[in-house]
Amino acid sequence: MKCARQMALDVQNGDTSAVSVLEESLAQIRSRNEELNVFLYVDEEGARAAASAVDERVARGENVGSLAGVPVALKDNLCQTNIPTTCSSKILEGWRSPYSATVVDRLLAAGAVPVGKTNLDEFAMGSSTENSAFGPTRNPHNTSRVPGGSSGGSAAAVAADMTPLALGSDTGGSIRQPAALCGLIGVKPSYGLVSRYGLIAFASSLDQIGPLTKTVSDAAIALEAIAGHDPLDSTSLPEPSPSLVAHVEDGVAGKRIGVVRELIDGADADVVASVERAVEVLKEAGAAIVELSVPEFRLGLSAYYLIAPAEASSNLARFDGVRYGLRVKADDVTAMMEATRTAGFGEEVKRRIMLGTYALSAGYYDAYYGQALKVRTLTIDAFRRAYREADLLLGATTPSVAFEFGSKTADPMAMYLSDVFTIPSNLSGEPAISVPFGTGEAGLPIGVQLLGPGRSEAQLFAGARVLEIADGRP
Amino acid sequence: MPELRREDVAHVAKLARLIMSDAELDMFTEQLGQVLDHASDMNALDLEGVVATAHPFGLINVVRDDVPRECLDHDVVMAMAPDAENGRFAVPRILGEAP
Repeated sequence: MKCARQMALDVQNGDTSAVSVLEESLAQIRSRNEELNVFLYVDEEGARAAASAVDERVARGENVGSLAGVPVALKDNLCQTNIPTTCSSKILEGWRSPYSATVVDRLLAAGAVPVGKTNLDEFAMGSSTENSAFGPTRNPHNTSRVPGGSSGGSAAAVAADMTPLALGSDTGGSIRQPAALCGLIGVKPSYGLVSRYGLIAFASSLDQIGPLTKTVSDAAIALEAIAGHDPLDSTSLPEPSPSLVAHVEDGVAGKRIGVVRELIDGADADVVASVERAVEVLKEAGAAIVELSVPEFRLGLSAYYLIAPAEASSNLARFDGVRYGLRVKADDVTAMMEATRTAGFGEEVKRRIMLGTYALSAGYYDAYYGQALKVRTLTIDAFRRAYREADLLLGATTPSVAFEFGSKTADPMAMYLSDVFTIPSNLSGEPAISVPFGTGEAGLPIGVQLLGPGRSEAQLFAGARVLEIADGRP
Repeated sequence: MPELRREDVAHVAKLARLIMSDAELDMFTEQLGQVLDHASDMNALDLEGVVATAHPFGLINVVRDDVPRECLDHDVVMAMAPDAENGRFAVPRILGEAP
């Protein structure tokens, strides 16, 4: 499958039509979806209408946009009108959002063609898609392995050539980790760069929407299209979408790149070897390498697994059977709410709601939630110190390549540890990108991660591009 | 940090409006205990005087001019309700019988 950039150029130039690009995408979905369980819903009708509209605009000589005719997969926690949004939860089965997420409107405005909704860990809580109420997604590189999560369906859609672009959401690594495990570019933008309007909230102070693609330039095009101020999200940054595509080839000459021990230690040998080769490549490209230790990053996991569940327990209180989604009938309203939530939520969601409720409850608030918020401050301060010595930071995205189904489901803490390298950027609200770089055990993809200070996306894309070229994708 | 007991988990389930079987209470007591144990590495820190961060950028109030604008269609929203009556959400009784 062509990259999104080439696809859009071909559609705009009339070398191909959006409708025929879409049919190719739908054919690939039909051929592989049953095996991989990527899409929960394929909107053939809506996609055909959007593609035809693009072709009509091309025929009228209009400049359709940077994603003209590009099929896009949407993680199913992003609302789109007229089709179901489930969050892979039984509690939202059958629900149709009365509004579309801002990112969906912006994709359409850029000429993209949303083709359907992809599987995720229920309410984006998980690192493998094994927590979906609709069954796990399989990794297209090896179907006995997980695709990562929680945006595992979006990652698998791109890795299996169903669409060249997918959107996911990243609360503790849920874009970058599946991108790493499926051999893709995955971007967690600066907090506030992309509107969260229409993203069903998991942990509002950590959630960000971002792209998963096969190439760095596709990710830059997609992020440019969806970023920028939105009055419908009160945490949206005030400025318009930044210029990113123009900086993809900027390189890293003269940049100081900090190699962070805490973002490497504990990773498998094959992953460490990839990071070390990435260091060499960046050095050869003219970057100055600085060895750094940031011990606070290790504390991030503890803080995260109190802060994220605390926010989730509050956000998910709205699923009570009153206004939308599932209702299990009972004699009084409290019994109805309890029966509905007990039947509607899966085990991991319940675990996090319980953890968060406990951390926020009277008598424990200061010891857990209050403590975690202070550790969050320490993490942010540690980043600030690190960025005095380096322009960007480098580490692994994940401790290992894609793991086997069932290998971590019995031990939640083991699953949580797979987020250890990605969590710090969510706590600080700063951007990070995972880039495929080499392969490891069983020939599976490895991702290395570049992190930067707030609004440094252009530099991250430039760094990622250097690695992409060195990894054989000129 | 305080140790998590089974009765704490039962209390939290009630607060969270979740019904737990005995087996679930046992499982969650153990698993949540493990997560809280892991979090106890924060105990060793001297956090005296450290300011809490609830949000990466420090939220400020966002206001707009008070002018009418298009909002969600009432019928469309109500069509998604599990139960509705006269354009309002309907729920089972919320109060007990009068004594």
